[in-house]
Amino acid sequence: MQTPTLFALLLLLVLIAYGTGFSRAAAAARGRGGMRKLAALPSYYGTHTALWCGLPALLLLAVWLVFDEPIIRALVMNGVADMPETIAGRDLLYAQIQNQAAGNLFGEATPQVAAAAERLTDLRNGAQLLQTLMVLILSVGLGAFAMLRFSPQLRAREKVEKVFRIILLGCASAAILTTVGILLSVLFESLRFFQSVPVTEFLFGLHWSPQMALRADQVGSSGAFGAVPLFTGTLMVSAIAMFVAVPVGLMSAIYLAEYAGKRVRAIAKPVLEILAGVPTVVYGFFAALTVAPFVREAAAAVGLQASSESALAAGLVMGVMIIPFVSSLSDDVINAVPQSLRDGALGLGSTQSETIRKVVIPAALPGIVGGVLLAVSRAIGETMIVVMAAGLAANLTANPLESVTTVTVQIVTLLVGDQEFDSPKTLAAFALGLMLFLSTLVLNFIALHVVKKYREQYD
Amino acid sequence: MNTMTLEATGMTAPAKPQTLENETVDSQIKVRETVGAPFCDNAKLKMRNVNVFYSETQAIHNVSLDIGRNEVVAMIGPSGCGKSTFLRCLNRMNDTIEGCRVEGDLTLDDEPIYGPKVDVVPLRARVGMVFQKPNPFPKSIYENVAYGPKIHGIASRRAELDEIVENSLRRAGLWSEVKDRLDKPGTGLSGGQQQRLCIARAIAVSPEVILMDEPCSALDPIATARIEELIDELRKNYTIAIVTHSMQQAARVSQRTAYFHLGHLVEVNDTETVFTNPQHELTEAYITGRFG
Repeated sequence: MQTPTLFALLLLLVLIAYGTGFSRAAAAARGRGGMRKLAALPSYYGTHTALWCGLPALLLLAVWLVFDEPIIRALVMNGVADMPETIAGRDLLYAQIQNQAAGNLFGEATPQVAAAAERLTDLRNGAQLLQTLMVLILSVGLGAFAMLRFSPQLRAREKVEKVFRIILLGCASAAILTTVGILLSVLFESLRFFQSVPVTEFLFGLHWSPQMALRADQVGSSGAFGAVPLFTGTLMVSAIAMFVAVPVGLMSAIYLAEYAGKRVRAIAKPVLEILAGVPTVVYGFFAALTVAPFVREAAAAVGLQASSESALAAGLVMGVMIIPFVSSLSDDVINAVPQSLRDGALGLGSTQSETIRKVVIPAALPGIVGGVLLAVSRAIGETMIVVMAAGLAANLTANPLESVTTVTVQIVTLLVGDQEFDSPKTLAAFALGLMLFLSTLVLNFIALHVVKKYREQYD
Repeated sequence: MNTMTLEATGMTAPAKPQTLENETVDSQIKVRETVGAPFCDNAKLKMRNVNVFYSETQAIHNVSLDIGRNEVVAMIGPSGCGKSTFLRCLNRMNDTIEGCRVEGDLTLDDEPIYGPKVDVVPLRARVGMVFQKPNPFPKSIYENVAYGPKIHGIASRRAELDEIVENSLRRAGLWSEVKDRLDKPGTGLSGGQQQRLCIARAIAVSPEVILMDEPCSALDPIATARIEELIDELRKNYTIAIVTHSMQQAARVSQRTAYFHLGHLVEVNDTETVFTNPQHELTEAYITGRFG
């Protein structure tokens, strides 16, 4: 039986188990004179039976699907007489066998491959049958077992709740495990990179030119992996973005929270947050096609030389993108400042602006700082705008009118197009990714810590 | 109640006399004309025919009252009777509430409180306020007290400011408790200390009138007693209007007491008279605990 069919059948069994458990409990309750005589409501008995029936079988199915292919492959390959030496050769051979078994191999198959393919088909069919049988037996057997164990004293609710707590825990762990998984995969690839390029050269080198020679006799493409120009580029673009986003975002938050009437606020806040919904790629071409030429012309008008792709253009547009981040978070913390503080300040004869500057903002400052730090980590990780508007040249410069490149842009260019996964060029992307990951992790950690500390103050 | 509404109620009342008899004490007494002595010779604040509206609801009905110099006037009454609203009219704190409208003549030293030419900032510097819940700023104790003098430019040099801070804290009876930790946050003090800090903060700008809106409702009896002593002390230099839920407190600290009921000022008299010989049935009902 195919896996989807099996899955559907299992679902049906689970439903039947639920119904049986439910009706059995309901009948028991009637026989004893009311629900109060049962240890739990009938629906819990139903769920209890359904869990016994479905969960172990489902787990078996999942484990089976994970280990099915590797085991079959090992069995098939064991029977092959002349095994290729390299891993790639073995992969190729197995792919040939698979194609032969599926019947889409062109040309004549060697007898060895043909025999192996036949073995593969047999094994697969056998495995499928075994899988179906085992899953169904487990499901029906455990369902029946649960029904046999039924008694009105059975604390079904507690058992069901325990299982659901474990399921909830599993879902919560998924996100954490993903993060750990990403971190580990990036970490191991980075370690491979650091075997060919020293850490010190990567962290402190001033020259970035990741082209590697493909042949020994090639010249001029030796590869240099000094990431400092990328870090400075990232810092500059992010700094420009924050220069735009923090004042504009903060002031719009102050306006919305303190000055705007209810009606203005009801309209302006969602409109401002639309900015956050614009896809970054749209910001990207806006930056590249509209803002960058404008920056160049403006610079030319005051007699400065600006390149067609500049840190300034990318930073300005990124700043606009981040405004709703800053304003929305700041607006929330400003609103969280108790009205009694404003009353206190106004009651002493402060003007509204004095109240805001000297009482409300200082009281909200930790939360605002937290919001700004979150925005910074967003700016550092932003890719699309800088790919399109900041350029690719890894210049080590402090001039915002020159083109710079950022960590994210280099990761993109290193991994886009033809690639060999074991060259330092490709692996460099993982090292950059690791740096990016760590820095945003630290920033987020600090930001959340600051925000949390602030919350404790007024609750 | 003004004549217009009196007529209106007078016209509807005869139509269903039976229901009137069954209703509560409030509606049996139809007239809300203030009894007692709402006016005094040496008035610091004069309020005449004050009406306050929250959007369409009327919270204060035609209240007239004087508050004399160096006098403590207590405002009592059941919850929702408008006493806090009335108090907040005196330094225009109601301006911050959307949809709130104040009508009538209110004057401080015969200068209007409301009006197009009145700047609310110096007014609030002259009429300070202490709130129900202690609300120290999240700053140091010193900065809390120095806040007002700084924004009003009262002290130009650090030494002057130090002096004002020390004096205010001494007057609020807090100096000995906090003099060694002026740089610690004001929010770290106990509730009673925080409230005295707020009083110190209010008197640091040398106001002429201090409004207190249930200043002791969040405090324990000992802290309350200290604040009450302080109010008596402050009376020498300031005019004080205090809203309170505690009739004992009103009896202890005030010279005159005003009884509010459903937005009407029912009775104003010497505190002693109000508590020993109330002239209005509603006042009597309230102070003897029949409702409220």
